[in-house]
Amino acid sequence: MSDSGQQREPYYADAPPGYEHFDEHEPAEAVGSYLVGLGLATLLSIVSFFISGTTLVWGPSIPVALIVLAIAQIGVHLVFFLNITTGPDNVNNVMALAFGVLIVLLLLAGSLWIMENLNHNMMPMDQIMRMQR
Amino acid sequence: MSAFEAAVGHERDLPDRRYTAERTAGGLLSKRIIVGYGFWIFLLSDIVMFSAFFATYAVLVDATAGGPSGRELFNLRNVAIETACLLLSSFTCGLASIGARKHRGSWFFGAMAATCILGVAFLFIEVREFAGMVAQGAGPTRSAFLSAFFTLVGCHGLHVTAGLLWLMTMMAQVFAKGYRADILRRVLCFGLFWHTLDIIWVAIFTVVYLMGAGQ
Repeated sequence: MSDSGQQREPYYADAPPGYEHFDEHEPAEAVGSYLVGLGLATLLSIVSFFISGTTLVWGPSIPVALIVLAIAQIGVHLVFFLNITTGPDNVNNVMALAFGVLIVLLLLAGSLWIMENLNHNMMPMDQIMRMQR
Repeated sequence: MSAFEAAVGHERDLPDRRYTAERTAGGLLSKRIIVGYGFWIFLLSDIVMFSAFFATYAVLVDATAGGPSGRELFNLRNVAIETACLLLSSFTCGLASIGARKHRGSWFFGAMAATCILGVAFLFIEVREFAGMVAQGAGPTRSAFLSAFFTLVGCHGLHVTAGLLWLMTMMAQVFAKGYRADILRRVLCFGLFWHTLDIIWVAIFTVVYLMGAGQ
Protein backbone atom coordinates (compact mmCIF):
# COMPACT_ATOMS: atom_id res chain seq x y z
CA MET A 1 0.00 0.00 0.00
CA SER A 2 2.66 2.45 0.97
CA ASP A 3 4.99 1.31 -1.85
CA SER A 4 2.59 2.08 -4.63
CA GLY A 5 1.77 5.31 -2.84
CA GLN A 6 5.38 6.36 -3.01
CA GLN A 7 5.69 5.46 -6.67
CA ARG A 8 2.75 7.55 -7.70
CA GLU A 9 3.65 10.54 -5.57
CA PRO A 10 6.87 11.77 -7.05
CA TYR A 11 6.62 15.26 -5.64
CA TYR A 12 6.84 14.56 -1.95
CA ALA A 13 7.89 10.93 -1.86
CA ASP A 14 11.08 11.81 0.00
CA ALA A 15 9.50 14.27 2.39
CA PRO A 16 9.90 13.52 6.10
CA PRO A 17 6.80 12.66 8.11
CA GLY A 18 5.05 15.79 9.23
CA TYR A 19 6.34 17.80 6.32
CA GLU A 20 3.62 20.07 5.07
CA HIS A 21 3.63 21.63 1.68
CA PHE A 22 1.22 24.21 0.39
CA ASP A 23 0.69 24.95 -3.22
CA GLU A 24 1.63 28.40 -4.42
CA HIS A 25 -1.68 28.84 -6.21
CA GLU A 26 -3.81 27.95 -3.23
CA PRO A 27 -4.35 31.27 -1.38
CA ALA A 28 -6.03 33.24 -4.16
CA GLU A 29 -8.48 30.40 -4.59
CA ALA A 30 -9.00 30.18 -0.86
CA VAL A 31 -9.72 33.90 -0.48
CA GLY A 32 -12.24 33.55 -3.29
CA SER A 33 -13.91 30.68 -1.50
CA TYR A 34 -14.15 32.67 1.74
CA LEU A 35 -15.57 35.63 -0.18
CA VAL A 36 -18.23 33.45 -1.81
CA GLY A 37 -19.07 32.04 1.63
CA LEU A 38 -19.31 35.52 3.15
CA GLY A 39 -21.57 36.70 0.34
CA LEU A 40 -23.92 33.72 0.53
CA ALA A 41 -24.07 33.78 4.34
CA THR A 42 -24.78 37.53 4.36
CA LEU A 43 -27.52 37.08 1.81
CA LEU A 44 -29.16 34.25 3.77
CA SER A 45 -28.91 36.22 7.04
CA ILE A 46 -30.51 39.29 5.49
CA VAL A 47 -33.33 37.21 4.05
CA SER A 48 -33.85 35.61 7.47
CA PHE A 49 -34.06 38.95 9.27
CA PHE A 50 -36.29 40.40 6.56
CA ILE A 51 -38.68 37.46 6.51
CA SER A 52 -39.06 37.36 10.29
CA GLY A 53 -40.70 40.79 10.38
CA THR A 54 -42.59 40.75 7.12
CA THR A 55 -46.30 40.45 6.58
CA LEU A 56 -45.84 39.63 2.91
CA VAL A 57 -45.99 35.88 3.43
CA TRP A 58 -48.47 33.69 5.23
CA GLY A 59 -47.68 33.88 8.96
CA PRO A 60 -47.43 30.20 9.93
CA SER A 61 -44.97 29.60 7.10
CA ILE A 62 -42.40 31.99 8.58
CA PRO A 63 -40.87 29.63 11.19
CA VAL A 64 -40.50 26.92 8.55
CA ALA A 65 -38.85 29.37 6.16
CA LEU A 66 -36.50 30.56 8.95
CA ILE A 67 -35.43 27.00 9.75
CA VAL A 68 -34.82 26.20 6.09
CA LEU A 69 -32.76 29.39 5.69
CA ALA A 70 -30.75 28.57 8.84
CA ILE A 71 -29.98 25.05 7.60
CA ALA A 72 -28.91 26.49 4.24
CA GLN A 73 -26.64 28.99 5.99
CA ILE A 74 -25.11 26.29 8.19
CA GLY A 75 -24.41 24.35 4.99
CA VAL A 76 -22.72 27.42 3.48
CA HIS A 77 -20.56 27.80 6.61
CA LEU A 78 -19.59 24.13 6.56
CA VAL A 79 -18.56 24.18 2.91
CA PHE A 80 -16.94 27.59 2.53
CA PHE A 81 -15.58 28.32 6.04
CA LEU A 82 -14.92 24.92 7.60
CA ASN A 83 -13.98 23.51 4.18
CA ILE A 84 -15.88 20.28 4.58
CA THR A 85 -15.74 18.85 1.06
CA THR A 86 -16.39 15.57 -0.66
CA GLY A 87 -12.66 15.20 -1.29
CA PRO A 88 -10.88 12.00 -0.25
CA ASP A 89 -9.18 13.70 2.71
CA ASN A 90 -12.56 14.62 4.12
CA VAL A 91 -14.27 11.23 4.23
CA ASN A 92 -13.62 10.85 7.95
CA ASN A 93 -14.75 14.39 8.70
CA VAL A 94 -17.97 13.89 6.75
CA MET A 95 -18.68 10.59 8.51
CA ALA A 96 -18.17 12.26 11.90
CA LEU A 97 -20.40 15.15 10.83
CA ALA A 98 -23.14 12.74 9.71
CA PHE A 99 -22.99 10.99 13.10
CA GLY A 100 -23.10 14.35 14.90
CA VAL A 101 -26.13 15.44 12.89
CA LEU A 102 -27.87 12.15 13.73
CA ILE A 103 -27.29 12.66 17.47
CA VAL A 104 -28.42 16.29 17.30
CA LEU A 105 -31.62 15.35 15.47
CA LEU A 106 -32.37 12.52 17.91
CA LEU A 107 -31.81 14.84 20.86
CA LEU A 108 -33.95 17.67 19.52
CA ALA A 109 -36.78 15.60 18.06
CA GLY A 110 -36.82 13.20 21.01
CA SER A 111 -36.92 15.95 23.64
CA LEU A 112 -39.64 17.92 21.89
CA TRP A 113 -41.72 14.83 21.21
CA ILE A 114 -41.52 13.48 24.77
CA MET A 115 -42.14 16.83 26.43
CA GLU A 116 -45.04 17.55 24.10
CA ASN A 117 -46.59 14.23 25.10
CA LEU A 118 -46.04 14.96 28.79
CA ASN A 119 -47.63 18.39 28.47
CA HIS A 120 -50.54 16.90 26.59
CA ASN A 121 -51.18 14.23 29.20
CA MET A 122 -50.64 16.45 32.22
CA MET A 123 -53.58 17.77 34.17
CA PRO A 124 -54.18 21.52 33.80
CA MET A 125 -52.29 23.52 36.39
CA ASP A 126 -55.35 24.82 38.30
CA GLN A 127 -56.64 21.28 38.83
CA ILE A 128 -53.28 20.19 40.25
CA MET A 129 -53.36 23.16 42.59
CA ARG A 130 -56.84 22.25 43.75
CA MET A 131 -55.79 18.67 44.48
CA GLN A 132 -52.86 19.81 46.57
CA ARG A 133 -55.04 21.84 48.82
CA MET B 1 -13.84 -0.91 2.88
CA SER B 2 -13.33 1.26 5.92
CA ALA B 3 -13.51 5.00 5.85
CA PHE B 4 -9.78 5.17 6.45
CA GLU B 5 -9.04 2.95 3.47
CA ALA B 6 -11.45 4.98 1.41
CA ALA B 7 -9.60 8.13 2.34
CA VAL B 8 -6.14 6.69 1.72
CA GLY B 9 -7.02 4.41 -1.19
CA HIS B 10 -8.88 6.79 -3.45
CA GLU B 11 -6.23 9.38 -3.08
CA ARG B 12 -3.73 7.38 -5.08
CA ASP B 13 -6.03 7.26 -8.06
CA LEU B 14 -5.88 11.02 -8.35
CA PRO B 15 -2.80 12.43 -10.02
CA ASP B 16 -3.82 15.92 -8.92
CA ARG B 17 -0.99 17.63 -7.11
CA ARG B 18 -3.30 19.30 -4.67
CA TYR B 19 -4.18 16.00 -3.07
CA THR B 20 -0.61 14.82 -2.74
CA ALA B 21 0.21 18.10 -1.03
CA GLU B 22 -1.78 17.01 2.02
CA ARG B 23 0.20 13.78 2.37
CA THR B 24 3.58 12.78 3.65
CA ALA B 25 5.90 10.05 2.44
CA GLY B 26 4.44 6.57 2.24
CA GLY B 27 0.85 7.65 1.74
CA LEU B 28 0.27 8.35 5.43
CA LEU B 29 -2.14 11.04 6.37
CA SER B 30 -0.29 14.16 7.37
CA LYS B 31 -0.39 15.18 11.01
CA ARG B 32 -2.31 18.30 10.02
CA ILE B 33 -5.23 16.21 8.77
CA ILE B 34 -5.23 13.95 11.81
CA VAL B 35 -5.16 16.92 14.20
CA GLY B 36 -7.97 18.59 12.27
CA TYR B 37 -10.01 15.39 12.41
CA GLY B 38 -9.54 15.00 16.15
CA PHE B 39 -10.48 18.59 16.80
CA TRP B 40 -13.48 18.26 14.51
CA ILE B 41 -14.75 15.40 16.70
CA PHE B 42 -14.40 17.64 19.76
CA LEU B 43 -16.35 20.37 17.97
CA LEU B 44 -19.11 17.93 17.07
CA SER B 45 -19.39 16.92 20.74
CA ASP B 46 -19.65 20.61 21.57
CA ILE B 47 -22.45 20.95 19.01
CA VAL B 48 -24.24 17.99 20.61
CA MET B 49 -23.99 19.76 23.97
CA PHE B 50 -25.47 22.90 22.45
CA SER B 51 -28.28 20.87 20.89
CA ALA B 52 -29.23 19.77 24.43
CA PHE B 53 -29.47 23.44 25.42
CA PHE B 54 -31.51 24.14 22.30
CA ALA B 55 -33.90 21.30 23.18
CA THR B 56 -34.23 22.70 26.72
CA TYR B 57 -34.95 26.15 25.35
CA ALA B 58 -37.52 24.87 22.85
CA VAL B 59 -39.33 22.96 25.61
CA LEU B 60 -39.35 25.92 28.01
CA VAL B 61 -39.91 28.78 25.56
CA ASP B 62 -43.57 29.23 26.55
CA ALA B 63 -42.97 28.81 30.30
CA THR B 64 -42.74 32.52 31.01
CA ALA B 65 -44.49 32.30 34.42
CA GLY B 66 -46.31 35.55 33.72
CA GLY B 67 -43.04 37.33 33.00
CA PRO B 68 -41.90 38.95 29.78
CA SER B 69 -41.67 36.84 26.63
CA GLY B 70 -39.08 37.02 23.91
CA ARG B 71 -41.26 39.29 21.82
CA GLU B 72 -41.10 42.00 24.50
CA LEU B 73 -37.42 41.55 25.32
CA PHE B 74 -35.53 41.01 22.08
CA ASN B 75 -34.11 43.90 20.10
CA LEU B 76 -33.57 42.60 16.59
CA ARG B 77 -31.39 45.55 15.58
CA ASN B 78 -28.81 44.51 18.20
CA VAL B 79 -29.05 40.92 17.03
CA ALA B 80 -28.45 41.97 13.43
CA ILE B 81 -25.31 43.88 14.47
CA GLU B 82 -24.10 40.88 16.50
CA THR B 83 -24.71 38.62 13.51
CA ALA B 84 -22.76 40.93 11.22
CA CYS B 85 -19.85 41.06 13.71
CA LEU B 86 -19.60 37.28 14.00
CA LEU B 87 -20.00 36.66 10.27
CA LEU B 88 -17.30 39.18 9.38
CA SER B 89 -15.03 37.81 12.11
CA SER B 90 -15.48 34.34 10.63
CA PHE B 91 -14.35 35.74 7.29
CA THR B 92 -11.31 37.53 8.74
CA CYS B 93 -10.45 34.38 10.68
CA GLY B 94 -10.37 32.52 7.36
CA LEU B 95 -8.05 35.20 5.95
CA ALA B 96 -5.81 34.81 9.02
CA SER B 97 -5.52 31.06 8.47
CA ILE B 98 -4.47 31.69 4.86
CA GLY B 99 -1.95 34.27 6.06
CA ALA B 100 -0.55 31.79 8.56
CA ARG B 101 -0.17 29.08 5.93
CA LYS B 102 1.56 31.54 3.61
CA HIS B 103 3.79 32.79 6.46
CA ARG B 104 2.70 36.37 5.84
CA GLY B 105 2.94 38.30 9.07
CA SER B 106 1.01 41.41 8.09
CA TRP B 107 -1.81 39.31 6.69
CA PHE B 108 -2.00 36.96 9.67
CA PHE B 109 -1.71 39.57 12.44
CA GLY B 110 -3.97 42.07 10.69
CA ALA B 111 -6.73 39.53 10.12
CA MET B 112 -6.40 38.12 13.65
CA ALA B 113 -6.61 41.62 15.14
CA ALA B 114 -9.74 42.31 13.05
CA THR B 115 -11.23 39.01 14.25
CA CYS B 116 -10.45 39.98 17.84
CA ILE B 117 -12.04 43.43 17.53
CA LEU B 118 -15.19 42.01 15.94
CA GLY B 119 -15.41 39.31 18.62
CA VAL B 120 -15.03 41.89 21.39
CA ALA B 121 -17.74 44.04 19.75
CA PHE B 122 -20.04 41.02 19.69
CA LEU B 123 -19.41 40.27 23.35
CA PHE B 124 -19.88 43.91 24.32
CA ILE B 125 -23.32 44.05 22.68
CA GLU B 126 -24.31 40.76 24.22
CA VAL B 127 -23.22 41.73 27.75
CA ARG B 128 -25.05 45.04 27.40
CA GLU B 129 -28.20 43.19 26.31
CA PHE B 130 -27.95 40.81 29.30
CA ALA B 131 -27.35 43.67 31.71
CA GLY B 132 -30.35 45.55 30.30
CA MET B 133 -32.58 42.49 30.72
CA VAL B 134 -31.45 41.90 34.31
CA ALA B 135 -31.97 45.60 35.08
CA GLN B 136 -35.60 45.46 33.95
CA GLY B 137 -36.26 42.43 36.15
CA ALA B 138 -35.93 39.83 33.40
CA GLY B 139 -32.91 38.01 34.78
CA PRO B 140 -32.36 34.25 34.64
CA THR B 141 -34.32 33.75 37.88
CA ARG B 142 -37.53 35.32 36.52
CA SER B 143 -38.93 32.33 34.60
CA ALA B 144 -37.98 28.98 33.12
CA PHE B 145 -37.94 30.61 29.70
CA LEU B 146 -35.36 33.17 30.83
CA SER B 147 -33.27 30.52 32.61
CA ALA B 148 -33.10 28.55 29.37
CA PHE B 149 -32.38 31.70 27.37
CA PHE B 150 -29.49 32.82 29.56
CA THR B 151 -28.06 29.29 29.67
CA LEU B 152 -28.10 28.85 25.89
CA VAL B 153 -27.00 32.32 24.78
CA GLY B 154 -24.66 32.74 27.76
CA CYS B 155 -22.94 29.44 26.98
CA HIS B 156 -22.30 30.66 23.45
CA GLY B 157 -20.98 33.93 24.88
CA LEU B 158 -18.60 31.98 27.14
CA HIS B 159 -17.37 30.06 24.11
CA VAL B 160 -16.70 33.35 22.32
CA THR B 161 -14.80 34.62 25.38
CA ALA B 162 -12.68 31.46 25.44
CA GLY B 163 -12.15 31.82 21.70
CA LEU B 164 -10.90 35.40 22.15
CA LEU B 165 -8.39 34.27 24.81
CA TRP B 166 -7.25 31.51 22.47
CA LEU B 167 -7.00 34.01 19.60
CA MET B 168 -4.66 36.25 21.59
CA THR B 169 -2.63 33.22 22.66
CA MET B 170 -2.20 32.22 19.02
CA MET B 171 -1.08 35.71 18.04
CA ALA B 172 1.48 35.66 20.86
CA GLN B 173 2.70 32.18 19.94
CA VAL B 174 3.12 32.97 16.27
CA PHE B 175 4.88 36.19 17.23
CA ALA B 176 7.23 34.45 19.67
CA LYS B 177 7.81 31.10 17.98
CA GLY B 178 7.17 31.79 14.30
CA TYR B 179 5.30 29.64 11.78
CA ARG B 180 6.34 26.25 13.14
CA ALA B 181 4.32 23.24 12.02
CA ASP B 182 2.88 22.65 15.50
CA ILE B 183 1.89 26.30 15.90
CA LEU B 184 0.22 26.22 12.50
CA ARG B 185 -1.82 23.20 13.57
CA ARG B 186 -3.01 25.16 16.59
CA VAL B 187 -4.00 28.04 14.31
CA LEU B 188 -5.94 25.54 12.20
CA CYS B 189 -7.80 24.27 15.28
CA PHE B 190 -8.55 27.81 16.39
CA GLY B 191 -10.01 28.59 12.97
CA LEU B 192 -12.26 25.52 13.12
CA PHE B 193 -13.40 26.54 16.62
CA TRP B 194 -14.22 30.09 15.57
CA HIS B 195 -16.16 29.01 12.47
CA THR B 196 -18.13 26.54 14.58
CA LEU B 197 -19.12 29.32 17.00
CA ASP B 198 -20.57 31.18 14.03
CA ILE B 199 -22.56 28.09 13.02
CA ILE B 200 -24.03 27.89 16.52
CA TRP B 201 -24.85 31.60 16.37
CA VAL B 202 -26.83 31.01 13.15
CA ALA B 203 -28.97 28.52 15.04
CA ILE B 204 -29.32 30.91 18.01
CA PHE B 205 -30.38 33.96 16.04
CA THR B 206 -32.89 31.89 14.09
CA VAL B 207 -34.42 29.79 16.85
CA VAL B 208 -34.14 32.20 19.80
CA TYR B 209 -34.33 35.70 18.40
CA LEU B 210 -36.13 35.63 15.05
CA MET B 211 -38.66 32.93 15.96
CA GLY B 212 -38.98 34.37 19.47
CA ALA B 213 -39.59 37.94 18.33
CA GLY B 214 -42.04 36.95 15.62
CA GLN B 215 -44.20 34.47 17.52
